[in-house]
Amino acid sequence: MGFHGSFFARKFGITERDLEAYLSEALGSGGDYADLYFEYLATSMVGIDEAIVKSATQGVSLGVGVRVISGERTGYAYCDDLAPEKIRKAARTAACIAAGPSRVLKTGLREEVRRDLYPVVDGDGAGLAERIELVKRADAAARAFDRRIFQVQSAYADSVRHILVATSDGALNFDAQPMVRLNVFALAREDGGAPQRGYSGGGGRSGIEFFQGEKTPEYFAAEAARQAIVQLSAEPAPAGEMTVVLGPGWPGILLHEAVGHGLEADFNRKRVSAFSDRVGERVASPLVTVVDDGTLRNRRGSLNVDDEGFPTQRNVLIENGILRGYMQDRLSSRLTGAAPTGSGRRESYQHFPMPRMTNTFMLAGESDPEEIIGSVSKGLYCSMFGGGQVDITSGNFVFSATESYLIEDGKLTRPVRGASLIGNGPETLKYVSMVGSDLRLDEGVGICGKEGQSVPVGVGIPTIKLDRVTVGGTGR
Amino acid sequence: MKEALEEMAQAVVRKALRGGASDAECTVLDRTEFSTTVRMREVENLKEAGSRAAGVRVLKGKRSGSAYTSDLTAEGLDRMVDAALQLAEVTGEDPFAGLPETEELGSLKGALNLYHPDVEEMQAEEKIRRAREAEEAAFAYDPRIGNSEGATFSSTLGRRAFANSRGFAGSYRTSSCSLSALPVAREGESMERDYWFTAARSAAELEPAELVGRIAAQRALRRLHRRKVRTQTVPVVFEPWAARSLVGHLFDAVSGDAVYRKASFLAGKLGEKVASDSFTVVDDATIPGLFGTSPFDDEGTPSRRTVVVENGVLKNYLLNTYTARKLGLRTTGCASRGVTGNTSVGHGNFYLEKGAAKPADIIKSVPSGLYVTELMGFGVNNVTGDYSRGAAGLWIENGELAYPVSEITIAGNLLRMFQDIEQVGDDLEFRGSAASPTILIREMTVSGQ
Repeated sequence: MGFHGSFFARKFGITERDLEAYLSEALGSGGDYADLYFEYLATSMVGIDEAIVKSATQGVSLGVGVRVISGERTGYAYCDDLAPEKIRKAARTAACIAAGPSRVLKTGLREEVRRDLYPVVDGDGAGLAERIELVKRADAAARAFDRRIFQVQSAYADSVRHILVATSDGALNFDAQPMVRLNVFALAREDGGAPQRGYSGGGGRSGIEFFQGEKTPEYFAAEAARQAIVQLSAEPAPAGEMTVVLGPGWPGILLHEAVGHGLEADFNRKRVSAFSDRVGERVASPLVTVVDDGTLRNRRGSLNVDDEGFPTQRNVLIENGILRGYMQDRLSSRLTGAAPTGSGRRESYQHFPMPRMTNTFMLAGESDPEEIIGSVSKGLYCSMFGGGQVDITSGNFVFSATESYLIEDGKLTRPVRGASLIGNGPETLKYVSMVGSDLRLDEGVGICGKEGQSVPVGVGIPTIKLDRVTVGGTGR
Repeated sequence: MKEALEEMAQAVVRKALRGGASDAECTVLDRTEFSTTVRMREVENLKEAGSRAAGVRVLKGKRSGSAYTSDLTAEGLDRMVDAALQLAEVTGEDPFAGLPETEELGSLKGALNLYHPDVEEMQAEEKIRRAREAEEAAFAYDPRIGNSEGATFSSTLGRRAFANSRGFAGSYRTSSCSLSALPVAREGESMERDYWFTAARSAAELEPAELVGRIAAQRALRRLHRRKVRTQTVPVVFEPWAARSLVGHLFDAVSGDAVYRKASFLAGKLGEKVASDSFTVVDDATIPGLFGTSPFDDEGTPSRRTVVVENGVLKNYLLNTYTARKLGLRTTGCASRGVTGNTSVGHGNFYLEKGAAKPADIIKSVPSGLYVTELMGFGVNNVTGDYSRGAAGLWIENGELAYPVSEITIAGNLLRMFQDIEQVGDDLEFRGSAASPTILIREMTVSGQ
């Protein structure tokens, strides 16, 4: 499909000449570079609560962001109307950052090679009845899991984001980015005692058919219910430094917080990250190789092109424990001369791009997961986490376990309540002493926040053993 | 201008009724934003733009459907209404669904000082100048401040209009502006950052840029050469900015949504003693000029003042119409939503009432303990009250702030923590819609080495 068949050309009659005119307007006061980001987002959500489908919402938003870069300065403006005079006005506003003679766009726009990491969904996608069926099935399955489940909430959301990126370098990219997600929350209670909660969910860049394979609503519902039931018998978590084994999959959030954010190029260009100027240095045990890969099929963090029009790629961040490189956006890569990594992302047309993660994970090692647990005489095994946070300057990060077990004499014994794990980015991964062969990616629910912008991401990790981490419980 | 959005909201409601809705409500938002960051004495970015959106929720008997759009043309609004009407065919019957009763609707009279023209009138050059001055003050304060993530001035102008089929129509304008600084302190191998900010509805009420930069610098500097302490149980003092997060957790626990689902550790505890005698928490959306103030909530009932906890006794939950009906209570005017959907529960100005103690005296009363200045992560379970978060701050030795500590966690249970509040400071101030003075909790588990 060429540009003329693309979404914005068909639906709004945008032509390449229009785009060139807007870019020329943006460079009307000089500046080194300008780009346009058109976005049309259609969303749909249904929610069930107390076995009643209480909510259903659909919506559309549309807009275009114009950016002008002059040296290290960025000017940005947007409008929620594609009328040419509105876009021109936004272009002139963004241009205020630059001061110099106007530049004329020299080359015409050329379409870049397109990839296809996810289905191009057109039209309304799934029908309403189909969506409602999903949350009803999730509700029923969670309740059927155990008689102690007394409260269930589930929501299904899907969206299609159409984008068009045109740059003064002459690149023209467009993409249609689908996303689906199903969440299930469950509460369990034993004989009128204190309730406990469980959560599960999943999805990816796909249509509703995502839930027709093995990852059914029943699968996520059973997982949410199981977690709530496990918590009924959990004891307070221990406190202090100890050996911690992380299970495979979502616990990869460790990498996202411990090293991911600290390796975003903006922080490093400004030398405010604990990882600044440390490329080539050892920042993890030799067993650790971490990649950020935006090219995985149908994954939540994947993109055919990033939000600045660069193709995403597989970036090795840490190789056998040695720091290899940072994740770049266009500005950082221009200013430092680093090669682009396809990591420029933004929440919407109302935001300017910055370096962000896509799918961040640790490569598999050679240890048998059973053997890893078996090697610990006393410690903690964490299989599920909630969210995390990092201070990229000090390097301190924290993430919160939602399902953990004590390890005693090489065996998982009793479940313990939620506890936060805290560590320091450049230090913690040096204590990785075993890496499992069981790399798993998460189920597809990650949301990453940075400077007020949220973007979907993925994480993954095999079972790993950390010889020393501080666990923040209340018990002994 | 005032009437335009309100009329649009009313027109959408009429459209929905003509299309077969038994009730309908519409929100229209208009927002203009400006922000600029100065970093290392140079303008790093400047952003200026505006956007609008409309949302509708329709009821067909006891079924509801919602839709939103950024296309405010007549055709765009028609499509939005059609989508919502269609959705209301397929959702389930909820016996408690519905708009507020007509007699519950209304709007506060009198000046609430939510809009000040000085925000709109301030020129970009002046905003840049203030950001520059804040960053410069941080650099000037101490040679160890040699780097910075910049200083940012931002401002927002907004208008919210709301109408429903029970005859309510209203709108209000808001303005806000803020100035923040994020300096980086470095000495030897130790590098730390912190920030400080001022925010107000009027540019005239902002604190001086020089003060913002200086406080930010002091906060970053006092974190240098942090240590990790051993695991122990000690008294913990929360500075106001950190204590504010505990007030936020209390809000989550008294919010009607969590209470009717029994997903709160305070569900079923109305009238019970849940905190120490010195703990009185109020939600008040009627205080002129503050960020949590509004003439009416997001479903058209008047804003009000509600005592949530009085001398430790849980007096009221915070409710919208739906959660009030679920619990057999009256709304507290706390309906909240973006532009569409069923309302959730939000707060107005939600704060812990100040006590008599001077913050310095609170610290002096602690022989050995932790003074918390920052909390990290999401380790709070609203269902059980279990609390475990990353923390940074200063260690208190013999009543004095002795040295910085970090890479530690603090843990406890919120119910127990509220009951263990031994002292409340006299230093309450509003930098946002939730606020708390300094507090002292008798003991918590600090986990470190």
